[in-house]
Amino acid sequence: MTSPSLTHLQRLEAEAIHIMREVVAEAQAPVMLYSVGKDSAVMLHLARKAFYPAPPPFPLLHVDTTWKFQDMYALRDRMARESGMDLLVYQNPEAQARGINPFDHGALHTDMWKTEGLKQALDLYGFDAAFGGARRDEEKSRAKERIFSFRTASHGWDPKNQRPELWNLYNARKNKGESIRVFPISNWTELDIWQYIHLNDVPIVPLYFAAVRPTYEWDGQLFMADDIPRLEKVLGYRPEIVERSIRFRTLGCFPLTGAVESSAATLPEVIQETLLTTTSERQGRVIDKDAGGAGMEVKKQQGYF
Amino acid sequence: MTDPVYVTDALIAQDIDAYLDTHQHKTMLRFITCGSVDDGKSTLIGRLLYDSKMIFEDQLAALENDSKKVGTQGQAIDFALLVDGLAAEREQGITIDVAYRFFNTEKRKFIVADCPGHEQYTRNMVTGASTADLAVILIDARKGVLVQTRRHSYLCHLLGIRNIVLAVNKMDLVDYSQARFDEIVAEYRAFASSIGIEAFTALPISGFAGDNVTAPSANTPWYTGPSLIAHLETVPVRGADDLARPFRMPVQWVNRPNLDFRGFSGLISSGSVKPGDSVRVLPSGKTSTVTRIVTLEGDLDQAQAGQAVTLTLADEIDCSRGDVIALADNPPEAADQFEATLVWMADEALTPGRAYWLKLGTQTVSATVRAPEYVVNVNTMERLAAKTLELNAIGVAEVVTDKALVFEPYAQSRTLGGFILIDKITNATVGAGMLNFSLRRAQNVHWQALDVTRKAHAALKMQEPAVLWFTGLSGSGKSTIANLVEKKLHALGKHTFLLDGDNVRHGLNKDLGFTDADRIENIRRVGEVAKLMTDAGLIVLTAFISPFRAERELVRSLLPVGEFVEVFIDTPLEEAEKRDVKGLYKKARSGQLKNFTGIDSPYERPENPEIRVDTTRESPEDAAERIVERVIGAWMPVI
Repeated sequence: MTSPSLTHLQRLEAEAIHIMREVVAEAQAPVMLYSVGKDSAVMLHLARKAFYPAPPPFPLLHVDTTWKFQDMYALRDRMARESGMDLLVYQNPEAQARGINPFDHGALHTDMWKTEGLKQALDLYGFDAAFGGARRDEEKSRAKERIFSFRTASHGWDPKNQRPELWNLYNARKNKGESIRVFPISNWTELDIWQYIHLNDVPIVPLYFAAVRPTYEWDGQLFMADDIPRLEKVLGYRPEIVERSIRFRTLGCFPLTGAVESSAATLPEVIQETLLTTTSERQGRVIDKDAGGAGMEVKKQQGYF
Repeated sequence: MTDPVYVTDALIAQDIDAYLDTHQHKTMLRFITCGSVDDGKSTLIGRLLYDSKMIFEDQLAALENDSKKVGTQGQAIDFALLVDGLAAEREQGITIDVAYRFFNTEKRKFIVADCPGHEQYTRNMVTGASTADLAVILIDARKGVLVQTRRHSYLCHLLGIRNIVLAVNKMDLVDYSQARFDEIVAEYRAFASSIGIEAFTALPISGFAGDNVTAPSANTPWYTGPSLIAHLETVPVRGADDLARPFRMPVQWVNRPNLDFRGFSGLISSGSVKPGDSVRVLPSGKTSTVTRIVTLEGDLDQAQAGQAVTLTLADEIDCSRGDVIALADNPPEAADQFEATLVWMADEALTPGRAYWLKLGTQTVSATVRAPEYVVNVNTMERLAAKTLELNAIGVAEVVTDKALVFEPYAQSRTLGGFILIDKITNATVGAGMLNFSLRRAQNVHWQALDVTRKAHAALKMQEPAVLWFTGLSGSGKSTIANLVEKKLHALGKHTFLLDGDNVRHGLNKDLGFTDADRIENIRRVGEVAKLMTDAGLIVLTAFISPFRAERELVRSLLPVGEFVEVFIDTPLEEAEKRDVKGLYKKARSGQLKNFTGIDSPYERPENPEIRVDTTRESPEDAAERIVERVIGAWMPVI
């Protein structure tokens, strides 16, 4: 039976699959950035649908900071195996050598491990198109970014000089050394992501669900003590560890990702809590607040995803 | 302010499963909001987001803070700040790019393209309109129908938006006067019908005060229609139109994981398909039958417009990216000459005759645009004569492609009728267009198949044809060296012909001058002549300044790979000017000669020429010897 209108999730899914196929048809060396979060999970699922029965014809790239949650590393390795895709893990050797960490180095931590790490990895492997899971509803400067976002040879983004993007026609042409970042789920909202995960049983990191976990307070926020010995070493003292029922709305480096106290242990409960919450999902992250109202825009011009 | 109509929160709290079920069956509407800086557009969008609970507390706190600092509403919340994203825009207080916003109601998800209204941002509005199902045209009730109202309406109509909402905003500032509202609607109706807009829905609203935005307002008892949101929730979405038309699917990618599977992946642009359907692959015209609709969740019984699927066919027929799979007895046409409406989007104006990449659906071809028949003054709808299209210009012109495009008129299909033009050197998207109709059917003009093939011509001469394309500044030594090369090849028994710039301009191209457009046409004709000569088996030498990279690449693209040999005679400007064999530099410097390459017209150096000759280091004789060796070594069969 055909119905006159597809649902919004069917349309969003078709749009993302169409975008992924365009990239594979037109780029020389595409890669999918995989951060193991819920948006990455949806991206990976969409990629598997887009190219079925073939496995997605590109590798997964995890730009690692070494400070991710243990559960994230576990799911990452499992998903790479199940999808039949190559998994590339890149850790910026300079950040490694200098012992860059989120406690002592603040913004430099993100800059060195993620921004610089990403640029180094893309250059190292010569990728000319990188899929990212950014959404336009996340942050104001993303609202104006194209789906095919062009980058100069030095990975710069010029918001004033973006290519017009009409209909569903994407211009993937570029000169040698230049690259494009592609955002197939640009038009999805946080709720769409959750709903899609729910409907399609997309595997996600268990940390999104509430459970009793060891926590500590730092800088006025609640964090999970994922690796207590390492934490103690960097902090120089052993923080007071308290068992609490917590979950995460967004996942990044464990010392940078604030937890929320919660009892939402199932997906519908998580969605319920998400919808009833009164703060936006990026609020738990430090990165948007630098440089006045334009933190993300500055980061993006420097090459952050 | 009236209370929002949303009961979402209660349902979420009481029965999340019921809520999820509702949400799962929502449809999606994409719309564009058009208005100028002062029409209150950003305020209205901010209001929609706010009233549909899309703004969180932390964002609201930031908003209240910003409103006091840089807001324009005194101590009240300035909703406009929510949506003016980029830092530069916030400073200038204007929206300069298309931004996409999202909100939900119980019935629909909405994607709003928020576009700037000024004339210098026509391209941004066209971009936003290209994906929209509906347009909200905002009018300031105090000002009525303005020039920009007409421009926005024209652009939305041009891009094929059939649902137009006339939102007469700031009703609070005209005391909610019905007379004023009726006056504006009547004025707009007269204009709208003059440009072909058959129907529209008019609403009296206040984005600032919230009247008739989410719920009917007590301030306008004389208005009995739906609120803006109620209208947006019930207007038909585009899917129904697409579904009613015959099946078409542009092939994006051939899925071939192993020898046993060959699937064709694409987004269905119209109609529906099921296994057993008879289909035709365009442009080849071969027919087959659909065997499976393959997805990760299992095969489908049927798929429809808007779905991204993979089809398998019963027969092993040629089908690759760029082809269109269509209903067998009602396929689209293919053609290579069109009338199109174009919107120019680059700072550098259209160069008629220059080759651009044209992307339509999944097809990418080389295309040239003739000088426009007219451009449209977007404020008055007048048709004006023009030689080119400048940034933001809209005009009608003929488009010629180097091979047939499978297409449908834009009025029938956005997918098979809408295209973009890409600069071949910078790769920037420089224009967008809508095909109106084909000027002749390509399938009626068959290429004459000749029994004596180009291979046969070349074999008789015992040589491989080639074009040695000499390029460089006037006085660089092109003709001298080309002449020497031809003499040497001739002496070796090779069949050659030298096309010289000056000589060609005495005959074939004597109607052409030295403007950029004429220079491009000059090179195009020479390229075509050279190509015919290689078909005859000749080694062709050409000596033309040919200053533009794009045209040299055009000629390269006309020939089989390897047959175009770019020979860059690299003589510095000072050196060429010092020689000044024909006294032309002197004339150009004194202003007697206009558009002279190197003086007041640019020369774009070849980036990777096959052969480069530095005439300050190598004599013409040595250079000619080297070129001949290269040509014979690479292309001459050893006999």
